[in-house]
Amino acid sequence: MQATAAYEVRGVDKTYRGDDVRANAGIDLDVAPGEVFGLLGPNGAGKSTLVRQLIGLQRPDRGSIRLFGHDVLADPTIAARLVSYLAQDEPALLELPVHLAVSTTARLRGMPRRSAAAAAGDVLDELGLSPVATTPIARLSGGQRRLACVAASLAADRPVLILDEPTSGLDVTARRSVWSAVRRRRDAGATVVLVTHNVIEAEALLDRVAVLDRGRVIACDSPGRLKAAVSDDVRLDLVWRDEPPSSDPAVAALALRARVDGRRWSVRLPHADAREALGRLMSGPAMVALDDFTLATPTLEDVYLALGGRADDLERA
Amino acid sequence: MTDVQTESPRESSWATVRPGGRTPWWSAASAVYAAQLSRVRVARGPLLFVATLQSIGILLLLRGVLNKPDETTTSAVVAGATVLVVAFVALNLLAQRFGALRATRALDYYAALPIPPSAVVLAAAASYGTFTVPGAVVTAVVGVAVFGLPAAHVWMVIPVVVCAGVALAGAGAVLGLAMPRAELATVAGQLGMTAVLFLGVIPPQHLPAAARVLRACVPSTLAVDALAQSLRGPLDVAAVTWRLLVTLAIGIVALTIAARLFRRAVAR
Repeated sequence: MQATAAYEVRGVDKTYRGDDVRANAGIDLDVAPGEVFGLLGPNGAGKSTLVRQLIGLQRPDRGSIRLFGHDVLADPTIAARLVSYLAQDEPALLELPVHLAVSTTARLRGMPRRSAAAAAGDVLDELGLSPVATTPIARLSGGQRRLACVAASLAADRPVLILDEPTSGLDVTARRSVWSAVRRRRDAGATVVLVTHNVIEAEALLDRVAVLDRGRVIACDSPGRLKAAVSDDVRLDLVWRDEPPSSDPAVAALALRARVDGRRWSVRLPHADAREALGRLMSGPAMVALDDFTLATPTLEDVYLALGGRADDLERA
Repeated sequence: MTDVQTESPRESSWATVRPGGRTPWWSAASAVYAAQLSRVRVARGPLLFVATLQSIGILLLLRGVLNKPDETTTSAVVAGATVLVVAFVALNLLAQRFGALRATRALDYYAALPIPPSAVVLAAAASYGTFTVPGAVVTAVVGVAVFGLPAAHVWMVIPVVVCAGVALAGAGAVLGLAMPRAELATVAGQLGMTAVLFLGVIPPQHLPAAARVLRACVPSTLAVDALAQSLRGPLDVAAVTWRLLVTLAIGIVALTIAARLFRRAVAR
């Protein structure tokens, strides 16, 4: 079967029964073989709905999905035979000890019992879970629980990995170990589709990213090229000690454009405007009210906002 | 990079990646069975103790209440109480388990794997059925001792538990997968267990005619009768075998329906 893409998604529409809003609206995507492809967007953007269709757990109302040239809609079992899938949570595994959960998953993907046990041991070592190998997943902390589910998804290597928010709830160390594990599999030839609403994860890990908002793909390119599209701007972040001095004209002008998150203001401005605004802040009464400020080059979050995305839902930690 | 017949996109030609076959039915079933049995042992061990204690309590209660019961009555009571242990776990707990799996979308875990649904349903049912064996054996042995029944054919409890386990686990799986909500699956499982309690433990000759009709509809009834017949006298191999085969057939039909319901539950 000749195919130019790992996944070829064309015109996928999905509306849930009893819901007027389309969860996916005319999605077109190509995922190249051997790349880490991201689906970035806030909660409710339609990422998980799309993923469930990619693995044949849901049928789109319209459109087509091909996996290495095979029609997923005509035969949903194709995806089960080619893809390792990590759902947002895995309640089926919770009461199993970690090693048994991972080795069972490997066996269900077709590995013989001994190979599955060995593969499970390797994955647990890779993710630092060996000390809790015999502990039931339900008794682990939230982060370790998620990590154990990631381990199950990595067992018995598959040509395609689809990971729905794999690092959700993980601490920085665990998050980095998951990123390393994903990179190793990409380097070994696997194609990875990774759902995230974490901007830092997207920038650190993805070769290309589709930005979703309200069920539509609003941009799709490499993080670098997407950021280049807004490279004329910089982001000015201000952290106030207390209430910002709104009587200061410089502050009042920024207030109109700022995204406010508690005492933190974030404003995207052209270079020259940012320099001027900062100069006025430094020379006026606002200076003493400032706790901290930074000027930064654009992130994927800025790309998302520039494309009309909603400000509140992306994760920046 | 994998032992299922797939080719790595980069290492060979990604343009010719072919899906591997499905995991063989037996391998999938044995993996699910081992995992579920381990899970049930850890998470449901205390409940098996409760189920066994409950049945032994019923035996002791009836021993105190019944005044010089005949062997037909006592063997029916012991057989009913023994199969009640199976019903507690295989019907009640399995209905709850499948109801919860369905409600939490946990069935997606299995649906995203290259395995047949029937392997998951049968293996889960078998693990719950196997789990009941120690409790059922203890109950039968205690019952035989308490009522002074001949112990020669008490070994019949093993085939009876296997066949009743298949039938009741099949019924439990159907209830768990058919109910639209997890709470309803729990209620249905408990009602099913209550039916096995009243219609299985009370000897049929003490039931009103209408209740006897209901008794005939309980999937484990023929297994109860087979065990009762074995406990009270010379073994009628043909009659017992026939009853157990019919019970097994009922279980297979129920498990087939459950596998269809499983497929329907994951196909949205």
